[in-house]
Amino acid sequence: MRNALRLVDCDQRAQALGLTRGLTLADARARIPSLIAIEAEPEADEAFLVRLAAFCDRFTPLVALDQPYGLLLDITGCAHLFGGEAALQAMIGRWMKNGGLDLRCAIAGTPEAAHALSRFGAGGIVPVGEDEAWLRPLPVAALGLPPDTVIALSRAGLKTLADLAVRPSMALSARFGAEIGTRLRRTLGYEDVRITPLRPPPACVVERHFAEPMLDAQGLEEVVTRLIAEAARVLEQRGEGGRAFEIHFFRTDGAVRRLFLETGRPSRDAKAILRLYRERIDALADPLDPGFGFDAVRLAVPVCEPLNEAQQTLDRRAVEDEAVADLVDRLVARFGRDRVLRFVVQDTHDPRREARAVPVAAAVSGIAWPAPLPNEPPTRPLQLFEPPQPVETLAEVPDGPPLRFRWRRVLHEIARAEGPERIAPEWWRDGPQPPLRDYYRVEDAQGRRFWIFRAGLYEGGEPPRWFLHGLFA
Amino acid sequence: MRTRPDPLALADLRRHLAQAALRCAPVAVGQVSFGAAGLDDVLGGGIARAALHEVYAPATADLAAATGFAVGLAIRAAGTRPILWVRQDVVDAEVGRLHPPGLTELGLDPARILLVRARDAEGVLRAGAEAARCPALGAVLIEPWGMPRHLDLTASRRLALAAEGSGATTLVLRAAVAPQPSAASTRWQVSSLPSRALEANAPGDPAFSVRLLRHRGGLSECEWRVEWSRDRQSFQECAFQERDVRDRQAEAGRDASPPQPRASPDATPLSRPVVPFPADRPAAAGGADPRVRRAG
Repeated sequence: MRNALRLVDCDQRAQALGLTRGLTLADARARIPSLIAIEAEPEADEAFLVRLAAFCDRFTPLVALDQPYGLLLDITGCAHLFGGEAALQAMIGRWMKNGGLDLRCAIAGTPEAAHALSRFGAGGIVPVGEDEAWLRPLPVAALGLPPDTVIALSRAGLKTLADLAVRPSMALSARFGAEIGTRLRRTLGYEDVRITPLRPPPACVVERHFAEPMLDAQGLEEVVTRLIAEAARVLEQRGEGGRAFEIHFFRTDGAVRRLFLETGRPSRDAKAILRLYRERIDALADPLDPGFGFDAVRLAVPVCEPLNEAQQTLDRRAVEDEAVADLVDRLVARFGRDRVLRFVVQDTHDPRREARAVPVAAAVSGIAWPAPLPNEPPTRPLQLFEPPQPVETLAEVPDGPPLRFRWRRVLHEIARAEGPERIAPEWWRDGPQPPLRDYYRVEDAQGRRFWIFRAGLYEGGEPPRWFLHGLFA
Repeated sequence: MRTRPDPLALADLRRHLAQAALRCAPVAVGQVSFGAAGLDDVLGGGIARAALHEVYAPATADLAAATGFAVGLAIRAAGTRPILWVRQDVVDAEVGRLHPPGLTELGLDPARILLVRARDAEGVLRAGAEAARCPALGAVLIEPWGMPRHLDLTASRRLALAAEGSGATTLVLRAAVAPQPSAASTRWQVSSLPSRALEANAPGDPAFSVRLLRHRGGLSECEWRVEWSRDRQSFQECAFQERDVRDRQAEAGRDASPPQPRASPDATPLSRPVVPFPADRPAAAGGADPRVRRAG
């Protein structure tokens, strides 16, 4: 019974022919020889649903997935923008139909009520305050309880929500668990809980919807300019600045393109943000494809931080810091976060891990760089090879510096040398320890300075190998 | 009746003020001196601060020396301001990645460096031009690789104009290419030079052989031998070098043997057995001397 192909779902025609979910494929084929079966792809279904949710962002910022095959939209305070609930429902219906999807839609006072009505009722728009009347005739399965609870309820003769609603909830909870009481209250509209949206709603959103699809890149930039100015005004009133800006372009065919901008400090400087936007657009590997046009643009500010209007200082240091931060923002917008770096020191003696380059935006470590000893020549190279490059050497045993070595097919005669400086592997790391390294600073006859090491000691067995690790200035 | 000021106009005004403040800063004009009298005298005090300069390494192997020279110039140009370094990814593969402790050893605090890594030469030039326009940077180091077709006269003129406008000393570092026409104010060729040996024949401070290939002011080609002193944060000419090199040449002429490192009194002479170690395969143990081991 387990190793059988089963129907995961079937369309309306198949249902009309008597096929149901869970039927084995062999049985279904025996009944309907012309059956078209497609292998189920739950991941693809989910990805499609997420894309559909992104599309629905144009109606409300609060969109949640309602598995399986469902979306929950919190349209509180949004419906009037589209001409009322009925008009909004009709609009969504048209969109879905154009996209080749069948839609069952319900608008109700609570998410659970809408869920129950769309899946187990006729759908439609519940007038305010009539939730209970609309929902009472629905079957108990509409509560979304586990199948065995539903079976147990129906065995007890409780077929509809009305049957449950008249019973004392204490008795129901005692028999079927606390869950049922909560579900019932929410479905019938006694208790309302907000949905958890797929993406958290941004702190500040401004958007434009166009009467006609917009194709022109210049016009689009004009719109973005106005949106940025508008958002800047909103942020100023709140005394905040944005750390991140997200621009959504809603295409007429339902695709949504997102652009993400980041700033190093909270900002509401419209011109600076617009410059970042231009950099970003310029640096796109695949340019913004308008297709048949965009019909809405939204600017969201997901991350806000307090930004107080400060007295403009003419202190050179502060002005310079500001200018450098602006430059970094522009470079990050163009080249990406992980390409604009700052060095931070690591607390280790191992030269390979001594320093790290981290994005400028990432936190800066408080450790200062160790100062070199005065009156000493550089003991660490300017350039470091990672991994070190193997070289052929001629050296004294057991611990003399190399006399000559061959690197990249060029023979270098050593004129000066200093060493060894013994660097042990980091003892705190697990696993097999790499051999210790004896480093030499050497200079060849042309004056090129190298950092060379011998991995391990001469102690019988396999002889140690030599590597070039770095180049001195 | 009071009207609310337009925030955009305010922001504009603020930016204008800031830029004006930066532009009239005294550091933005003048020259970057080398600190070595010989060079500074010939150059009339140093190289122009608000300008584009080029540093060429004649071979890839000299790029580290050229980089060291450019770092020295950047340190002298930048004062306490940040330095932006633009590097093409392929440079890391060719000569190794930038090692911050090595920068500390040359006297530059790595915390002052902003590193931009670009995938291609176009990105390097774009980031370089953007940075050269920023008056708050002390110096901009641009490191493209090879002979990018984007780095033509127009591109270098763009960089030069940006540097003149902002006052940020802009240095272009290039290796193993023939000098191309450019709008740079000076062009230098830097190769490594044997350093002044320390006790026990240890390599000393970084030394460079520096050749001025081109000068906007009309100076003819000159060559100097300089070394970089971290403690004084300046270059200094090394006269001793002449004698040293001559000595070695004379030595090489006297007997054809390779120059032997001169041993200091307490160093052991190189009398112990010596054996070649190939990198990838064990050497054949030829001698019966027990002190000779196989190595690789």
